[in-house]
Amino acid sequence: MIKALGNFIAIIKGSIITTRHFVVNMWFHTLNLFGIKTKRKGAVTYQYPEQKREIAFRHRSLHRLLKRENGKPRCVACMLCVTVCPSECIYVEAAEDPDPEIQKYPSTFIIDLSRCCFCGFCVEACPEDAIRMDSGQVEFAEYSREQLIYDLEKLTG
Amino acid sequence: MSDWIIILIKIICALVWFLVIALYLTWVERKESAVIQDRIGANRAYIWKFRFIGLFQPFADAIKMIFKEDFTPRFSRKFLHNLAPFISFFFVAVTISAIPFGDVLRIGGREIKLQIVDFNVSLLFVMAMLSLGIYGIILAGWSSNNRYTLLGGMRGAAQLISYEVALGLSLIGLILVYPSLKLSAIVHYQGELLWGWLPKWGVFLQPLGLLIFFFAALAETKRVPFDLPEGENEIVGFFTEYSGLKWGLFMFTDFMEVLIIACLLTTLFFGGWQVPWLYADGFHFPWGGDWLLPHGIVVAFQVLAFNLKVFFFCWLQVLVRWTYPRFRYDQVMDLGWKLLVPLSLFNIAGTAVLMSLIG
Repeated sequence: MIKALGNFIAIIKGSIITTRHFVVNMWFHTLNLFGIKTKRKGAVTYQYPEQKREIAFRHRSLHRLLKRENGKPRCVACMLCVTVCPSECIYVEAAEDPDPEIQKYPSTFIIDLSRCCFCGFCVEACPEDAIRMDSGQVEFAEYSREQLIYDLEKLTG
Repeated sequence: MSDWIIILIKIICALVWFLVIALYLTWVERKESAVIQDRIGANRAYIWKFRFIGLFQPFADAIKMIFKEDFTPRFSRKFLHNLAPFISFFFVAVTISAIPFGDVLRIGGREIKLQIVDFNVSLLFVMAMLSLGIYGIILAGWSSNNRYTLLGGMRGAAQLISYEVALGLSLIGLILVYPSLKLSAIVHYQGELLWGWLPKWGVFLQPLGLLIFFFAALAETKRVPFDLPEGENEIVGFFTEYSGLKWGLFMFTDFMEVLIIACLLTTLFFGGWQVPWLYADGFHFPWGGDWLLPHGIVVAFQVLAFNLKVFFFCWLQVLVRWTYPRFRYDQVMDLGWKLLVPLSLFNIAGTAVLMSLIG
């Protein structure tokens, strides 16, 4: 009987907690509904497509290839990113550059995003700082795998 | 002839009220759970750019449910399989006929009771219909011809029958206090005053009975603390083989049960349509003030009071559903047979002794 009483008190305590949450949140919801700005909101939800969170400073998002001043890709086709990539999703074909300082440039640079695991090793490996993952773009879902294969044009653009 | 028309209008009004509120209970459930858990809840359904905090969500759900495939398994007993959700639905829907929404309304020299039928055993009728709902469950479990659904149906039947006992016994104390089985008469008795100021509501005269009734009624609705018959996420329940609108009917029946339990709690323990100190001609406050009101406004007050109380108890039941985890099966049986039934017997004895002592 005493145990049952203890259980009963626990039940009441639990409902007090949920009621408190309900009343407090409902109060802020009602204030916001009538256009009164409050410091605290009724919910912690981000209404995603309309309301986006700020991405963290160290985030890794869609790759981008940096350009030189003359508009050509900074990449020298050294194949380090291709070597280091754990999911083998980077494909680079080198071509000769007339400038002897540069020697090589990528004629094709393909990242298969359907395989990429966003580890960021390619960024770390790059000696020319030609590839970065700071575009801030995180929404690139597509309907087919083919559309996820990004070529040089898409990556520099 | 005009009597028939009045009855028809009353049936339509009551059923529309019942179904619409039960439909919106799904919305209330989603929104309330969201607010409790610091979320926002369903707010995306819209008609032409208007969202209205998700108020169209029940309609979107209904449309989705209607256009889903209505699949009947090859191995099921077809006729009973189709019949079961309708049995479940019907016996809950029919209970609304006994609930008094208000006192008499006088229009054009005619007295209309705001209750579909006012018969002598309406309390027994409601209890009987609620317990007949078990047939829908056990039939659904059995006719699906699937062992797990059969077990689910058996669990449901065992639980509902156990709690039916406590539910019935908890009301006997109430019937001792208000000597009638007629719901309208019970509400009328609750309009009297205790010691000249306290309304004679069931909650003040039968607090223990209220607690037992509330717990047993929660078990009757088959919702979360007592959701052993179905078990939304892991236990295979009695309506596993249902899909589409028939599944929706079972779901909807649960919400209708919540609503009818709220109606019963209001009617039996919280004075039904009674507003404290409001009589047929207006307010007569115990501290000596009078505030006389025309008949129409009094009736409006009564209906409003009934609705507000019902909404409060719906809210409370949803709160309970989103607060407590599920009982284990033996705990459910222990609570029913070892705690609620003895307590309700004690309540009957105590009430009887007190009644005979006071006279």
